[in-house]
Amino acid sequence: MFFRMIKGALFRQKSKMIMIAVTIALGASLATAMLNIMLDVGDKVNQELKAYGANITVVPKENSVLTDLYALDGQEETAAAHLKEDDIGKIKTIFWGFNILDFTPFVNTTVVLDDETEVKLTGTWFNHHLALNTGEELDAGIHSLRSWWDVKNGQWLDEQKEGTANGGAMVGTVLAERLGISSGDSLHVKTSDGEKTLSVVGVFDSGGDEDEQIFTTLATAQELSGTKGLIDSIEVSALTTPDNELAKKAATKGPGSLSPADYETWYCTAYVSSICYQIQEAIPDSVASPVRQVAESEGNILDKTQLLMILITILSLFGSALGISNLVTASVMERSNEIGLLKAIGARDYRISGIVLTEIIITAVVGGVAGYFMGYGFAQIIGQTVFNSSIEMKPMVIPIVAVLIVIVTLAGSIPAIRMLLRLRPAEVLHGR
Amino acid sequence: MSLLEIKNVSKIYGPLKALDNVNLTVENGEWLAIMGPSGSGKSTMMNIIGCMDKPSLGEVILDGVDIAKESGKKLTEIRRDKIGLIFQQFHLVNYLTAVENVMVSQYYHSMPDEKEALEALERVGLKDRAKHLPSQLSGGEQQRVCIARALINHPEIILADEPTGNLDEANENIVIDIFKQLHRQGTTLIVVTHDPEVAEVAQRTVVLEHGRLVNEIKNEGFEE
Repeated sequence: MFFRMIKGALFRQKSKMIMIAVTIALGASLATAMLNIMLDVGDKVNQELKAYGANITVVPKENSVLTDLYALDGQEETAAAHLKEDDIGKIKTIFWGFNILDFTPFVNTTVVLDDETEVKLTGTWFNHHLALNTGEELDAGIHSLRSWWDVKNGQWLDEQKEGTANGGAMVGTVLAERLGISSGDSLHVKTSDGEKTLSVVGVFDSGGDEDEQIFTTLATAQELSGTKGLIDSIEVSALTTPDNELAKKAATKGPGSLSPADYETWYCTAYVSSICYQIQEAIPDSVASPVRQVAESEGNILDKTQLLMILITILSLFGSALGISNLVTASVMERSNEIGLLKAIGARDYRISGIVLTEIIITAVVGGVAGYFMGYGFAQIIGQTVFNSSIEMKPMVIPIVAVLIVIVTLAGSIPAIRMLLRLRPAEVLHGR
Repeated sequence: MSLLEIKNVSKIYGPLKALDNVNLTVENGEWLAIMGPSGSGKSTMMNIIGCMDKPSLGEVILDGVDIAKESGKKLTEIRRDKIGLIFQQFHLVNYLTAVENVMVSQYYHSMPDEKEALEALERVGLKDRAKHLPSQLSGGEQQRVCIARALINHPEIILADEPTGNLDEANENIVIDIFKQLHRQGTTLIVVTHDPEVAEVAQRTVVLEHGRLVNEIKNEGFEE
């Protein structure tokens, strides 16, 4: 009989139940969309921010000490300490190796041109193909780490193309203008260790100091600087988790200050400090440090974006609760005669409340399922519009939304249930 | 012992006395009509006898229990076990069929039994309309469903509030015939009405005015 009554109420009061289901569906859809975006936005924002360059630099320990002592910029120091080129690939073998998006080594030297002027020359990877010991293969280099470079003339240097791998170079737009050269031209450079004629494949505009430099392959720069198999520094772009109190404590006081449990948590979370720590473990005699501005910007943007999503989710659920409350209260008011009758013929309050709540919960399940799929659609629309990519649907959102919907539905039904409990059959059946 | 004893009962709403020191006794198997104009306290009386309200003063002894002193939970139990209610507005659940409306009463009493519910509908001549919704039934038919619902749990008292108030003459006669049949079977009937023709067929009639019992008439020509 219970299910006959529920079925009767649901099917013969379709319009009312559809209204309640639609209200729940709207709340569920917004909650689903916002929660999925919130959980996915970290990676999305990180990837967006990766377009602005590396967020970790790795230098030899000795150079780092000099930099700290004399407050020198890492690019300016001239100490003779180096890292080994063979160690670069170890970056991908750390615990958070999958979060390492890109990296590239640098060798800096000063070359003399034919007009006897000195110019800074940097050797690096452009799109270097790397086969790791783990069997993983990847392309790494500044092509993606300097994605904002505008190639005015020619093209990006392609290391994997025969002919440009050795002796190819890209020249900054200021230097190219001064020398009157463009892609296809040759540039003769010399150092105390040797001389070489570079073939200009592209002229770039970086909008900074790099416009006055020459960028060439790592091997060419090592040959000119006499540092074969050695590098000066590495820039790393990594997906990181915004810093919290634990990460700040580890960064300021050192990982040694953490309790074993905190240390484990910190080590197994992709904080920029824990990734730096793991890089240092992998590359001997190195110091990895975060590019603070980038790391902090990422954290701040992410925190604010996630806060916004949480607020929208809370507001949408609050709005749903109000809507459900109004609709269910109106429904109970409309059914006051029926409820009064059931009480008059001997139904206890909890049995009538049970029927009303079951009707609402069934409606909520239907609305919630519809809302979840609507939310999936909303999330994809937002993903495509804002991030130009789809939002990955996280399975953990399903139980969260289910629990939220049950809480919102029950909370929204409280005024109606209280009203139902107060109803006296004599009042509704006989008007007294 | 009488089935129902009302002793010095008053119901007071602020300055208004809906019932004023009413005394009344109803015997087992008796058919009593309560008459009176609008506002005389008929509905208040029905609510108190039907355990849907409590008196402000006095005692209401139903089957040996003073319902004036019982809790709301106990009153619900008494209502469910001892009283069958018939309303002027029928008060059927609009999304349940006729037979389901009868079964609802069984559901809250003990166990729903469709066969028994159909028999109850058969007693009021509505078995063939069992699967119809209230909106598909005439007023008279709806009232008969209401009677079947009141009868289904074999209550000790049938309490009817203006049972023919919304019916035409033909349906009024059908309902009265059902009441006669119930009386012959030994059911105690209390019918609240302002219609003298309905009151005339009862065994005894009491008249309420301004909350007081002002007259009591025994129907000498009552047909057993």
